[in-house]
Amino acid sequence: MEYCADPSTLEGLRWLACYLTTPKHQLFYLSFLTVFALLAITAPVVMIMGFGGAIARKSQIAPLRWLGTLYTSMVRGVPDIIFFLFVPIALDQLVEYARHKIKCPHITDPVYRGSEFIVCEAAKMPLSDSAAWVHNTWSFALAVIAFSLVFGAFAANTIFGALNAVPHSQLETARAFGLTEKQTFWRIHVPQMWTYALPGLSNLWMILIKATPLLFLLGIEDIVYWARELGGSKTGYFQYPHPDWRLWYFLALLVFYLLLTWLSGKIFNRLTSRYSLDHSSNPTKPLLKPIEAGR
Amino acid sequence: MTQFTSVARTAALAAALALASSTVFAETVRLGTEGAYPPFNFVNDSGEIDGYEREVGDMLCKIAELDCTWVKNDWDSIIPNLVSGNYDAIIAGMSITDERDEVIDFTQDYYPPDPSFYMALKGTGDDAINGVVSAQTSTIQAGYIAESDATLVEFATPDETIAAVKSGEADAVFADEAFLRKYVDESGGELIFLTPTVSLGGGVGMGIRESDTELTAKFNAAIDTMKKDGSLNALIAKWFDGRKDVY
Repeated sequence: MEYCADPSTLEGLRWLACYLTTPKHQLFYLSFLTVFALLAITAPVVMIMGFGGAIARKSQIAPLRWLGTLYTSMVRGVPDIIFFLFVPIALDQLVEYARHKIKCPHITDPVYRGSEFIVCEAAKMPLSDSAAWVHNTWSFALAVIAFSLVFGAFAANTIFGALNAVPHSQLETARAFGLTEKQTFWRIHVPQMWTYALPGLSNLWMILIKATPLLFLLGIEDIVYWARELGGSKTGYFQYPHPDWRLWYFLALLVFYLLLTWLSGKIFNRLTSRYSLDHSSNPTKPLLKPIEAGR
Repeated sequence: MTQFTSVARTAALAAALALASSTVFAETVRLGTEGAYPPFNFVNDSGEIDGYEREVGDMLCKIAELDCTWVKNDWDSIIPNLVSGNYDAIIAGMSITDERDEVIDFTQDYYPPDPSFYMALKGTGDDAINGVVSAQTSTIQAGYIAESDATLVEFATPDETIAAVKSGEADAVFADEAFLRKYVDESGGELIFLTPTVSLGGGVGMGIRESDTELTAKFNAAIDTMKKDGSLNALIAKWFDGRKDVY
């Protein structure tokens, strides 16, 4: 006889063990991977966008400089939530509109009809008959783009500021030694920049972790969605009826996020002390460490 | 000669049939539901969409020969996401109202108009209906309370409207009788219905894009079939505590 065969006859710990391992709970556990996937994909993209944005803002080419400034100041001046709501919808419609124009040129009916947005079947993104995971991946990808756009601009600001904070004498010395502009930038400027950027970037990472529940706002079934869904009171329509347990589920999320930020804090502390220019705490550390680390 | 024509005719017929059947199966209809409104729709312990509407929807698709898949969507954005094409039909315990009919189309009702009830904690008097009343956002009940003398507190999910009554944040919750019934029955007398009831809405129907008249017609025909052969009545009796001969 199966351990969890008839939930209505179970009691105590056995009931709880069966309850916590229902397929629905397994979806909850799996959704933690969604959060990690978001962090793992977004973080490097944010760094690339941040670096690109900062270099654009420092560029000698005026239009590029304007673009960089426009990007960072626009994102900085608009509440995150507006971006998170706007970007996925706008991108989704833009992609479908473009596909509609390419795949169904013979349809002359307008795409925007009153309140409706109608593209031909072949232009749907993803297609109507695509599997559920394709639909989920698509909306997740849109969310990743929104996160990267917003946090990329913050990172660009931090890196831009850090690039400016590197003492001018360092760069002048490099030039005096005969290094080209490119060499000066990559061998002297960027390696020294990290010292000034790290506190800001570690702060950004913490904010990114804490912003992951915004996935829920985008209709993605993340840990917050499942915590609310599983925690809500369950009547006899369910195999495992229980009263309102949202408190416990949200408590679990609280512990999860605390652990994650605590661990991140520890890692960043080590990084900061490694790249720190402050040698009073560690006199044995060679003075030019930041430059070496950059190679 | 006659033999040849009959062979040719058979071949042509077969080809036509193959074509016809391929077009029938090519159409995938995405059904959007909330998944948080038992017994109409909810996510069961297996993580699947379940309830009265799950069974009705699957049966309608079978009758109309449509290939259907289910999509979960928050109640808040369930109409906007229909008109922007994320799915093709709403089947989420949505009452047919004139206000909604301006934005989307409805099929005929597959669940009859049902009075809305007030539910409160034991010992609450009927005057609570003029106090603080909770209702789900964008429902006909929330619209009604907003117009009345009572103070409305809105929540995104149906479950939260009930939690508000249990925690004392609201004096009563105003919702469909079919949704509240189970909470009252299983509360052991802790939760009661207040005496006043209000008739709202024109029954529960499927919401479909106004431009999608063909799909509306298909579902209307399928609902007709289910009403005539008694299968809809059987499902209502199964999910709504033995209600009999509704249609």
